[in-house]
Amino acid sequence: MKEKPEALEQAVLNEYKYGFVTDIHTDLIAKGLNEDTIRLISEKKNEPGWMLDWRLKAYAGWLKMEEPTWPNVKYPPIDYQDIIYYAAPKPKKQLNSLEEADPELLKTFEKLGISLNEQKRLTGVAVDVVMDSVSIGTSFKEQLSEIGVIFCSISEAIQQHPDLVKKYMGSVVPMTDNYFAALNSAVFTDGSFCFIPKGVRCPMELSTYFRINAENAGQFERTLIIAEDNAYVSYLEGCTAPMRDEHQLHAAVVELVALEKAEIKYSTVQNWYPGDKNGLGGIYNFVTKRGICKGDHSKISWTQVETGSAITWKYPSVILKGDHSIGEFYSVAFTNNHQQADTGTKMIHLGKNTRSRIVSKGISAGHSNNSYRGLVRASKQAANARNYSQCDSLLLGDKCGAHTFPYIEVKNKTAIVEHEATTSKIGEDQLFYCKQRGIDAETAVALIVNGFAKEVMNQLPMEFAVEAQKLLAISMEGSVG
Amino acid sequence: MLSIKNIHANIAGKEILKGINLDIKAGEVHAIMGPNGSGKSTLASVLAGREEFEVTEGEVEFAGKDLLELSTEDRAREGLFLAFQYPVEIPGVSTTNFIKAAVNEKRKYLGQEPLDAVSFLKKMKEKMALVEIDQSLLSRSINEGFSGGEKKRNEVFQMAMLEPKLAIMDETDSGLDIDALRIVANGINKLRSPERSILLITHYQRLLDYIQPDYVHVLYKGRIVRSGQKELALELEEKGYDFITDEVDLSLGL
Repeated sequence: MKEKPEALEQAVLNEYKYGFVTDIHTDLIAKGLNEDTIRLISEKKNEPGWMLDWRLKAYAGWLKMEEPTWPNVKYPPIDYQDIIYYAAPKPKKQLNSLEEADPELLKTFEKLGISLNEQKRLTGVAVDVVMDSVSIGTSFKEQLSEIGVIFCSISEAIQQHPDLVKKYMGSVVPMTDNYFAALNSAVFTDGSFCFIPKGVRCPMELSTYFRINAENAGQFERTLIIAEDNAYVSYLEGCTAPMRDEHQLHAAVVELVALEKAEIKYSTVQNWYPGDKNGLGGIYNFVTKRGICKGDHSKISWTQVETGSAITWKYPSVILKGDHSIGEFYSVAFTNNHQQADTGTKMIHLGKNTRSRIVSKGISAGHSNNSYRGLVRASKQAANARNYSQCDSLLLGDKCGAHTFPYIEVKNKTAIVEHEATTSKIGEDQLFYCKQRGIDAETAVALIVNGFAKEVMNQLPMEFAVEAQKLLAISMEGSVG
Repeated sequence: MLSIKNIHANIAGKEILKGINLDIKAGEVHAIMGPNGSGKSTLASVLAGREEFEVTEGEVEFAGKDLLELSTEDRAREGLFLAFQYPVEIPGVSTTNFIKAAVNEKRKYLGQEPLDAVSFLKKMKEKMALVEIDQSLLSRSINEGFSGGEKKRNEVFQMAMLEPKLAIMDETDSGLDIDALRIVANGINKLRSPERSILLITHYQRLLDYIQPDYVHVLYKGRIVRSGQKELALELEEKGYDFITDEVDLSLGL
């Protein structure tokens, strides 16, 4: 009856409940990447010439770049010729409403817990769904367009709103910003576009659901959100993928533009397949997310709950260009088994009286490695810039790692930057105390982890917070014996 | 309620308990006293099911069940409560949430519905008055930054909320000033009932001025070497442990 003392160290069996594959005909192109691949993607999407030129320019840039080696993650070399760059559920025809979508597809989304119809009716969340390379459908489009909000797939935006796309795409994340952003710029297949005109407070949460289904396919989506003067939008993003033994690449780009007094709140619950308990398979999540507070008094807030992916490499950042602008980054990153996460943020203070706040909570279990990497930069002009950073790490067991890499560059004497970091461990004493009160180890760990992550969870919109908490609980299953 | 027969227990290969026998009936209050290192806290830990301790011999029956066969959490759910000598801090988990989880885990085990928010709050209010504990303490992370007195009062509050059949109070009096001791002791006294047994573990007699035990046992070198009624505690206070321990050492040929 005596339990082994290493009970806490046994990080096993992370049951991934979204690991099913949808049996659906998929329009795939051959593996491999060259100029012809890009032409083919552009052609399949019936894109205008300027878009193709943009892609080819990015591709030329990418060819000259090197894959970054500075993140604190390890993986075998990626063969970029062994990836399918375009996969679309067939039949690919223009869908006017979700009801026209393939029933198999709709079933998939029901399994994922996003019954679109239900969600439409009950929560008033507008949803765009992207499966593999293309957008499956966007709900609530009409209601939104009545108030001038454009919410559609990026492919559609390229066709319907080329001026906006031309003006803003690549304005926050330049096409050759980094290796994976350049790759994305060359081969991105779909994603979401949203535009909130002057003075409009978007009355509902906008949401995109990303799903990788096809084998050997990479997902390269691109999201662009623009909030004009005095506009407000809250945007949610969720992601899942089937369980597969091979690693799959996901290299997305997200750009946010907030003009004067505009506010964008971007929340992510990332639950890509993390690989099995021995580290086999799982998604490489190499993502570039950046927002610019372009106008004075604007605000961008990133909230992320990261529980999935074999490797996560992402730094949602804010460029605080407008005076009095505010950037926020709230993150919970949970890693288990052999997962690796190198995530954090960049707060680039350019304007006067700009403020930023970073709250990062890293939780490591099993053999996983969890790194926070963050840059706070105050430029010469950034008078009275303020930053507060707090990075807390929680370790479950003693085979996992937590690391903090804060970079601070301050060029203005009036700027104030504060950084606090803590590392704690769930101890046997705490578990015994809980068990003596009738709370078993698993519930106890969930209680402690939720307490630890509460400050970030509180930032999530209500419906999402409940989902995220459940997700955290599922990810932790079996992380204690 | 509790019947301990010839319990032997080790930690890291060293035998600490060397054959303990003890019977506690429902409604009785027993005090276990003894010098430092006699095995008092070990006994509490073994009963609660702390994993570092290995029971090598003996049996324990608790409320008709084989206690040693139950997991730590099931012992708690069956109604065994341990008030910790050093209550553990759990950052980020509010005292209210912690107790709510504990109460509902127990209810689930007993096949009862979880308490709804209203009934839970009502129960909290009622028990708060009993142990004179402040609302503000309950919204703070459990035990984090609590004073010694607050920690002990919080233990008694949890005991009140969980309504155990058997409460083991491990040196609940240690580190308390006289006012805190009185409040804690009052709380425990109010929780005495004909259905509930209490085992007080203490080094000093002073706790027993406030809580009158039915029986007093002296633990020494892993054995109960003397049992009596509350007068035994007074005798110990007067003469010190030596008058008993010397005698025991002599009989053991030490």
